[in-house]
Amino acid sequence: METRELLKWSAQVKLREKSKQEGRLEHGHRMCAGCGAPTVVKMVLMATEYPVVLSNATGCLEVSTCIQEFTAWKTPWIHTAFENAAATLAGVETMYRALLKKGKMPENVKFIAFGGDGGTYDIGLQSLSGAMERGHDMLYVCYDNGAYMNTGIQRSSATPLGADTTTSPAGSANPAGKLQQRKDLTRIMADHGIYAAQASPSHWLDLMNKVKKAHSIKGAKFLNIIAPCNRGWRTATDNSIELSRLAVETCYWPLYEIEDGKLKVTVTPEEKKPVDLFFKPQGRFKHLYSPENEGVLEKIQAQIDKTWERLLKESEGPC
Amino acid sequence: MGKVVAVTGNEAVANALRQADPDVCSLYPITPQTDIVQRFSSFVANGVVQTELLNAESEHSAMSAAIGASAAGGRVVTATSSQGLALMWEMLHIASGMNLPIVMPLVNRALSAPLNIHGDHSDGMGARDTGWVQLWSESAQEAYDNTIMAFRVAEHADIRLPVMVCMDGFIVSHSIARMEYLGDEEVKNFIGPYQTVNPLLDMEHPKSFGPLILTDLYHEYKRLQHEIMGRVKNVVLQVSDEFEKLSGRKYGLFESYRLDDADIALVILNSAAGTSKDVVDELRDKGIKAGLLKPRLFRPFPYEEIGKALKHLKAVCVMDRADSFGGYGPMFMEISSAMYQADGNGKRPKLINKIYGLGGRDYMPSDARQVLLELNEIAGGAPVTAVKEYIGVRE
Repeated sequence: METRELLKWSAQVKLREKSKQEGRLEHGHRMCAGCGAPTVVKMVLMATEYPVVLSNATGCLEVSTCIQEFTAWKTPWIHTAFENAAATLAGVETMYRALLKKGKMPENVKFIAFGGDGGTYDIGLQSLSGAMERGHDMLYVCYDNGAYMNTGIQRSSATPLGADTTTSPAGSANPAGKLQQRKDLTRIMADHGIYAAQASPSHWLDLMNKVKKAHSIKGAKFLNIIAPCNRGWRTATDNSIELSRLAVETCYWPLYEIEDGKLKVTVTPEEKKPVDLFFKPQGRFKHLYSPENEGVLEKIQAQIDKTWERLLKESEGPC
Repeated sequence: MGKVVAVTGNEAVANALRQADPDVCSLYPITPQTDIVQRFSSFVANGVVQTELLNAESEHSAMSAAIGASAAGGRVVTATSSQGLALMWEMLHIASGMNLPIVMPLVNRALSAPLNIHGDHSDGMGARDTGWVQLWSESAQEAYDNTIMAFRVAEHADIRLPVMVCMDGFIVSHSIARMEYLGDEEVKNFIGPYQTVNPLLDMEHPKSFGPLILTDLYHEYKRLQHEIMGRVKNVVLQVSDEFEKLSGRKYGLFESYRLDDADIALVILNSAAGTSKDVVDELRDKGIKAGLLKPRLFRPFPYEEIGKALKHLKAVCVMDRADSFGGYGPMFMEISSAMYQADGNGKRPKLINKIYGLGGRDYMPSDARQVLLELNEIAGGAPVTAVKEYIGVRE
């Protein structure tokens, strides 16, 4: 999509008006109050101005939106298992091409897969990588809340260093919680030679621009979107947008895109805030403020600074 | 009309898939099945079929994609063997649970460990409880015929279930045999166009596939699957009758060989049945009333019909090319169940179980002879010394 065209669309789009349109994820689903995931999904679908077919990995979003005779989805939607939202949708998209060729389907149907970080970074990575490498005309959206929240807050490879989860608990022998860095999945996906980007629901226009751009590109696309989980993050239920904003402003969750191998930071915080502001409201990091974890926060801050500097260096031109 | 050729089982099955001209074929290589998807890929590359190929990065994804494609609304095939089927296991249940008429040739091969690429039935027997229809084939001809019929069975409005067509790895898949192809047009007319039922890609009527179902309705859902499976026998018989009119080749739920007046019999699947039939003939020439039963439809299992076919016998040996370690061979358990329910006026044949041919170990006429002679003694009153026993073992 031409940058000019995208700018024109961005200038016109009004979130308030968009939100009045009939949604494809309807009310009545059973996601927790304050969960970031349905907001992310709605924003992605608002920016999808095409007929769309969805697939969903097993997870919170899936179990809460389609329970026996009820569904919150007003567009074709399929769930088969946990690790294969990409492979399942790849099959759907392949059948679409077969039927399109025979004149049995309309042009310009879009395909989007949704998976949580467990279903994407961990168990679904192979299926995702395969689908992206094959170049199916689809967008894979990971809503990243940093742990297996559906099964009760277990550590995933998206869980940040230092987080207390039920399988990386902070205890007397290991006071620090998770001891490893997160996997940098967005970069891994970009290395498939596809359009890959990170977004946050706090920066809705940036998020929707990225969706819009992704749909304009033929082939595989990947979008990694932070989605606060108040159950797992041990936070209040009224601040998921505020928390995702802090994630961006502290550069814990930098907003950038990689297209044709070129990286571009899409949002630069006016003032880069200390990660402490993002961590402090979250119960999962509470133990990091105790004396036995002295130095851990500094280590995390140093890592964030290093990554941010590298991103800025790689980023093309001003943003 | 038909064309007589000399081809391998894999080539025969690849041609059956070509004649079915599916909309989507998802694939992943694994010995000894690879040859099927290789041949099919060249059909696609040369425009012989209209199919869209999907080269998956694993069998798990091949089956996941087959499920997605089938739910989307079109004819879908894939093929596998052994570890590939084992890796698909999770998705096999989902394909049948979602009533998706996927057709999948399974070239039977042993399961690891230790690694072995040769033919036995451990893979197919391991998929016994996945809700798939299973058709087993003795030869390239049967594998070809079963593959063609599989589309009609799978896509039948009464059932809409995935079908697995089994044939022996290497022994059939890689051996050249004489067989007869049907004409392309004949097959096309026989299979007919694909009828979609509630396709996901109906954009005007959006549907959700794959819901969460909790304790209130899951049990009922599974009973429905059981009931649908109950309709498969009739569908298979109906399709087989039509196929006989087309091809002149008769298929039932199983094959009976010299069984009506027999005293003793082997129950044996796939290629080893051919070897055994020769030995049955040899013993008949010596005045021993031997016979054979070769199951074709293994899932759903035709307990009643098989019970009826075997109940007059004095002794039966069920030959298993797979083992359920710590239990009897998987087919022995089925035959035992069938015989327990069969009405034999208080009499039923003595049953023994031999495990043979694992990991491609040759099954020789001498093996069949040894087992039939043992059965003959049991029929004459000799005691059963071991219910389950391995044969052809290098001691």
